[in-house]
Amino acid sequence: MIEVNNLTKMYGSHTAVSDLTFSIEEGQIYGMLGPNGAGKSTTMNIMTGCLAATSGEVRIDGYDIFEDAQQAKKLIGYLPEMPPLYMYRTPREYLDFVGRAKGIAKTELRGQIEHVMAVTGTEEVADRLIKNLSKGYRQRVGIAQALLGDPKVIILDEPTVGLDPKQIIEIRELIRSLGEKHTVILSSHILSEVQAICRTVMIISRGKLVACDTTDNLEKLFAGSAVMNMTVLAEAKETLKILSEVGGLEKLKADDEGQGRCRVSFESDGSDAVYSAVFFAFAAAGKAIVSMAGAKASLEDVFIELTGGDDAAEDVAEAGGEKPESGAEASGEGTETVDDGKEADEQ
Amino acid sequence: MNGMKAVFRNELSTGFVNMTAYVFGTFLLFFVGLYTFIYDVQYSLANFEYVLTGMCFVFIIIVPVLTMRVLAEERHQKTDQLLYSLPLSMTQIVLGKYLAMLVMFVIPMIIVCIYPPILSLFGTVNFATVYGAIVGFIFLGAALLAIGLFISSVTESQAVAAAICFVVMLLNYFIENLTQMITASAAGSFAGITAIVVLAALIIWYMTKSRSAALITGAVAEGFMVGYYIFNSSAFDGLFTNIMDQLSLFEHFSVFSKGIFDIAGIIYFVSVIGVFIFLSVQSMEKRRWS
Repeated sequence: MIEVNNLTKMYGSHTAVSDLTFSIEEGQIYGMLGPNGAGKSTTMNIMTGCLAATSGEVRIDGYDIFEDAQQAKKLIGYLPEMPPLYMYRTPREYLDFVGRAKGIAKTELRGQIEHVMAVTGTEEVADRLIKNLSKGYRQRVGIAQALLGDPKVIILDEPTVGLDPKQIIEIRELIRSLGEKHTVILSSHILSEVQAICRTVMIISRGKLVACDTTDNLEKLFAGSAVMNMTVLAEAKETLKILSEVGGLEKLKADDEGQGRCRVSFESDGSDAVYSAVFFAFAAAGKAIVSMAGAKASLEDVFIELTGGDDAAEDVAEAGGEKPESGAEASGEGTETVDDGKEADEQ
Repeated sequence: MNGMKAVFRNELSTGFVNMTAYVFGTFLLFFVGLYTFIYDVQYSLANFEYVLTGMCFVFIIIVPVLTMRVLAEERHQKTDQLLYSLPLSMTQIVLGKYLAMLVMFVIPMIIVCIYPPILSLFGTVNFATVYGAIVGFIFLGAALLAIGLFISSVTESQAVAAAICFVVMLLNYFIENLTQMITASAAGSFAGITAIVVLAALIIWYMTKSRSAALITGAVAEGFMVGYYIFNSSAFDGLFTNIMDQLSLFEHFSVFSKGIFDIAGIIYFVSVIGVFIFLSVQSMEKRRWS
């Protein structure tokens, strides 16, 4: 769908994007993640033809964004970081202009405008001046503009910045539903957001692509060893003896908790084979396991590792909310809301 | 073509929504009315051409009013990103915007076209020369609007665009008087032209950010001038004043007020329009590369 080859952008002597190569498949939601100033907006501006690259090429469905600009641009809907809205027009007038400029036939235009307003939920403000709309509605009008002409690819630059928690959730829902019909690429410096919406993540740091994979794969790939915490009804000595017969365990630790209980932790490759071996080892010894919980490395750890753990990356991790105890819990809607509240406060 | 029409419609309705079209039209019609009253009613002249010559200084004020916003504000509000991402060429966008401004100017001028028949009720009006002058006036305005469009494309601030445009209009209007103060001698002309070469080099430097390009252009032009001055200094007699007069758009319009329909003048205006629209497109395209 989109091919980006060896893209480089220099501002004077400063390199904003350096030798970026990736490709986007049809029908998925992609997240472009990186600290502020990593080159996300620059990349998106180049992909949409708003900015010229110093070198390299971008192809949209085979059309070069510079040489066949008009065909290529018809396939893209773009919402820049600042929604490009005319303050003294109403959303309806504004969408009418964009629709005509995109070359939508007059007979279809009315229907399409109604459709994108319904999808983005902007009907009730359709005849108010954009100047008087809230940030959330402006963002929606911006997305509506991108949807006109039914483009195959929708590119959204930081679509949830500056919105309140409720609006963020609504916009995310909207993006998810867009992902069913379009290829969506969104950028964000907020990890939990990308984790919540996107299937594939591209992590960009200092203008370079450092990783591009599905969220699950990235977690697996960089998890390395998985930590397991257990509580068993046995003395520490006995426990260590039982576990010494199981292979593949590292950093084995056991502490007595009193009342015949003991807390154990170890690292392993995280495979089910190891866990069942541990389980049956205790079963064979006639000792009960009270709890057994794995702590998976989260995307956050991956992110910090990949972006070199510099200050900017830590900011992102902080903005992403409290460090989740396990990957599974972090994607729950409940935690998400709390995170968002925190983000909004910080901004 | 449809894309250009969309930009044109949007620009035109913006002009009417934010009142610039009305301010522009009111100002224009007010001054045409005032001068018609002074020349044609008080002095009882039947020559409507004089009215247009007398009041063409209003362009100094109204051209910046109409043009300052047109491209500078897009950049300021970051709505230019929408324009860049639409499947339109920059030429379509700039032309659409220019034509919208032109319509805002031509509408009051159509109202002005009713004046001569009214005047003819009270005296003899030579319709051919009057309408010739009106056509010339429209072309003059169109050329000045193109200059304003270009100025608006180089800056991000409406106020700066308006100020630069105002100064350029002012210089254009008073250039004849100003050059008369400079001696018409060969040395005076030489100095004047040198000043222009330096100015042109500075503009090239600003636009291209390339010091060598500016230096080379400036040095070549100046070298050529010095050579020619040594070879034939008498050719420089009054040359600067001549060049300045030729450059002044208002000067070219004054021919129309004498009852002559000056084809060369029209061609000159059209060329100015073409050059400045081209420059505006280039200036907008350049931002993609910055």
